[in-house]
Amino acid sequence: MNLRELPKVLDLEVLQDTFDDRPLSGAYTSDLLSDVMAHANDADVLITIQSHKNTVAVASLVGVGAILLSNNRPVPEEMIQAARDESIGIFRSRENQFVLSGRIYRILNAE
Amino acid sequence: MRHAQQAMKANGISGMPVVEDERLVGIVSMDDVIQALVEGRTDSPIRDYMSRNVIVLEDDMPVSFGISYLDKYRFGRFPILNAGRQLVGIVTSRDIINALLLEIHREVERFEATYSQPQLDGPGFTLEYTTRGFDFETAGRLSTETKRQLKMRNLPPKLIRRVAVACYELEMNQVVHSHGGTVRVEYDPRNGTIKIVAADRGPGIVNLEEALTEGFSTATEWVRSLGFGAGMGLSNTRRVTDKFDIQSTPAGTVVRVTINTPEVSNEPA
Repeated sequence: MNLRELPKVLDLEVLQDTFDDRPLSGAYTSDLLSDVMAHANDADVLITIQSHKNTVAVASLVGVGAILLSNNRPVPEEMIQAARDESIGIFRSRENQFVLSGRIYRILNAE
Repeated sequence: MRHAQQAMKANGISGMPVVEDERLVGIVSMDDVIQALVEGRTDSPIRDYMSRNVIVLEDDMPVSFGISYLDKYRFGRFPILNAGRQLVGIVTSRDIINALLLEIHREVERFEATYSQPQLDGPGFTLEYTTRGFDFETAGRLSTETKRQLKMRNLPPKLIRRVAVACYELEMNQVVHSHGGTVRVEYDPRNGTIKIVAADRGPGIVNLEEALTEGFSTATEWVRSLGFGAGMGLSNTRRVTDKFDIQSTPAGTVVRVTINTPEVSNEPA
């Protein structure tokens, strides 16, 4: 499955649509940005609750293609702008990190 | 209420916190006094007229929080509590404007004193950025720019990532823990090294060994709520670099790291 198909499959809101599509082969779940930098090496999606500009910087650093925000977190406009500049997608869901991680895990393992 | 009115008049202020056993219980303002006057009850106790749902700030929050709260809630003042929930002060927009004007003045002086054009032409480069305590807005600029410069010079992506991680962690460490400082990156292709030097203006690290232990952190709760202060900054930096050196005194902390780069051909990319 490709990154662009994810919002439809998981019923996600797409808040920032300017990003390069790629095959979805890994994801990482964390709210600690240093932890993301240390361990999210092969992630295409970052599942997190941290809806602010610095998350975009970290995502871009480790090469994540899209950020998936959980728990319907409000997203500041400057985060969306930063993500547009860095070509990183922003998705949002009402679900929590556990549920989102589980669903993505199942998708990846079914392929 | 008559007493509140007199105290405000004597001190030239338009609002006061109401405290019971060092705990903040409300705020009484000139508007409340006027209300009491209108109702002809200036002898009533303050508790009948004060606002009880008071929005407070904490003494270690950055001024930018204060500004956004003033903007958001349109109150003239916010009481400030310490970590023990005791009232330690009160802040008004006038306090903030005064402090910021002074700081702008100082910043301009600092800028004039230290401004130098970075060396970006040729195969190597030097970049230096200034950080300020709790300024999350502009932090990360060095890391972004360094990444761009290295990409332009066609260095391997994995190496670029290591450099960018080290830069970002060192910048964020200064933002979260110090009074601010500078972080400088120097790429010298002839030596095959990228050196990063992060120097801040204090307050220094009390116990270096603890600070280098993964998971140990002295960051405040609200910093952690932003996803920083996980206690991984220094250990992450050490992990991605080839040489790591740290020195700390109350006057400041200096971190020096080196990342070795592969040999490059003579033509710059």
